[in-house]
Amino acid sequence: MNTRTRPKLSLGPVLYYWEREKLLEFYEHIALTPVDIVYLGETVCSKRRALRSDDWLQLAHTLRQAGKEVVLSSMTLIEAGSELGALRSLCENEGFTIEANDMGAVQLLAARGRPFVTGPAINIYNHRTLNLLAKRGMRRWVLPVELGRDSLADIHAQRPDGIETEVFAWGRLPLAYSARCFTARAHNLPKDDCQFRCLDYPDGLRLSTRENRSFLTLNGIQTQSAASCNLVTEIDDLSALGVDVLRISPQSLHTERVIKLFQQCLDGAISAREADTGLQSCAPSGCCNGYWHGEAGMLHHAGEKVPCP
Amino acid sequence: MPDAPQNMELVCPAGNLPALKAAVDAGADAVYIGFRDDTNARHFAGLNFNEQRSREGIDYAHRRGTKVFVAINTYAQTSGWTRWQQAVDRAAALGVDALILADIGVMDYAAERWPELRLHLSVQASATNAESIRFYHENFSIRRVVLPRVLSMKQVRQVAAESPVPLEVFGFGSLCVMVEGRCLLSSYVTGQSPNTFGACSPASAVRWTETAGGLESRLNDVLIDRYGADEPAAYPTLCKGRFEVAGNVYYAIEEPVSLNTVELLPELQSIGVAAIKIEGRQRSPAYVRQVTRVWRAALDACARNPDDYRAQQPWLDALQQVSEGAQTTLGAYHRPWQ
Repeated sequence: MNTRTRPKLSLGPVLYYWEREKLLEFYEHIALTPVDIVYLGETVCSKRRALRSDDWLQLAHTLRQAGKEVVLSSMTLIEAGSELGALRSLCENEGFTIEANDMGAVQLLAARGRPFVTGPAINIYNHRTLNLLAKRGMRRWVLPVELGRDSLADIHAQRPDGIETEVFAWGRLPLAYSARCFTARAHNLPKDDCQFRCLDYPDGLRLSTRENRSFLTLNGIQTQSAASCNLVTEIDDLSALGVDVLRISPQSLHTERVIKLFQQCLDGAISAREADTGLQSCAPSGCCNGYWHGEAGMLHHAGEKVPCP
Repeated sequence: MPDAPQNMELVCPAGNLPALKAAVDAGADAVYIGFRDDTNARHFAGLNFNEQRSREGIDYAHRRGTKVFVAINTYAQTSGWTRWQQAVDRAAALGVDALILADIGVMDYAAERWPELRLHLSVQASATNAESIRFYHENFSIRRVVLPRVLSMKQVRQVAAESPVPLEVFGFGSLCVMVEGRCLLSSYVTGQSPNTFGACSPASAVRWTETAGGLESRLNDVLIDRYGADEPAAYPTLCKGRFEVAGNVYYAIEEPVSLNTVELLPELQSIGVAAIKIEGRQRSPAYVRQVTRVWRAALDACARNPDDYRAQQPWLDALQQVSEGAQTTLGAYHRPWQ
């Protein structure tokens, strides 16, 4: 039998707009948690500048000194010339690995012969795409969140040597990107004069159906699920499939608790069931794991199919 | 990009043979079609072309000097890989003028197996900047890119100035408010998305119910909208529903409107855009005929004399008649919309 090592834990980039002090304090705490890898940087909106690129770099060095592997995450939607310019400077930076979230970043990094990680918005849906990007310098990839375990197993059957796979295992799912800002729209503000309303929503702005069912989360130009993706009960399956890294996506409260529960589960200190029970209080709009099971992402698969609240 | 702009090509949709003939007869320079499976992003029941119909359509178009592009623009999964590979091979064997592709693996296959075949980058690949386009150009020699509908005119101009290949932009049709190829809302609710299945908010997941509160539309049991007696009901594309945010019920993501850039033609031409794309393979032959006719007239007028070009009222009226939500917008091309 194939003995696999247990997956490592990563902390994804903060997807929301937090004040500078909150970000710095957050990462002070993260330095003390057992996550192995920390992704740093603004990936959603280039107008969010609580930290400047030098601040991020300094934070990256601090976290590296604390023993973390640090990856700098790049923007997902690159439209304006200024955004492309910022991406070019980031890709010039030799000190840290970059997470590419747009094919523009892949191109810039591949052209410089630099190894890179691809984030969940890079569409790797099959073995042939994975192999081509591996040849261009990709060292780790994040499975697109809408793909499940069967798709992953198929791709892994033809995974090139040395390529690590990361799976989005906890948090509100990033589902869509737009040129339009939905948070500004909710306030009847134009995007150009958004007044940084995202600062008021450290976990995004809840969107519900007219039956008062939590449905989505508006986070500026990004749309997320309201429910938190939770794959803790799938940890044995993830390990058996050869997944190398489990990603936890930051939230304004309880992130450390989530990390602790995942780590305890990986260490065998608590069962997946116990971890799952503990995680319920960290998911204000409930949990979902439908994508992993090849179903609608919003569903929660717990032996039977039950939609999220 | 070239300094002296050439005439822009009019690329029109065809979901079946009558629509293809309508587009060709009304003056399309090229039509684009898809095969009858999940390899294309309009994978709807009763739509698209089997091999025999493809052959008839290509023959009809080619005899009249119209090009045919085949959209194979969904993301292949490993278990279904052979379907995408066969679609590429079939299109190549049929002698089509270009493939419209989104998936890197599929592009890699097509470029290796059919090096002479012209490849266009689909809007579903969501290439919004020149570096991204450069990736596909350097790796697969793509010869045109279809830009996502999220870019403003200023941004289109920037991409045009730096892009290694000519651009095709959307001129008319339904408007995706999300960046194409990076929207998973549909699979979050139904398990099927444009990327994986070739359809958004698929009809199989739609349910209509008359209730005391009004007519309700649901997608896999999620309430998308509810209509009063005097409100026209629309297909429940989930980003176009009415939802509640902070106590307000409104079109929280996108209002049901159509894109129309007919007023912007001289500007698009001047920055070197190579082709204008009309959305709507799912629409009727009558729609295709009407829209193609108007855009043919508009493009010809613009090519003749861009300085004096003005969108004519009969064109706007004709386009208004066939628009979704019966309103049109300049979309993101018009900056304040963002």
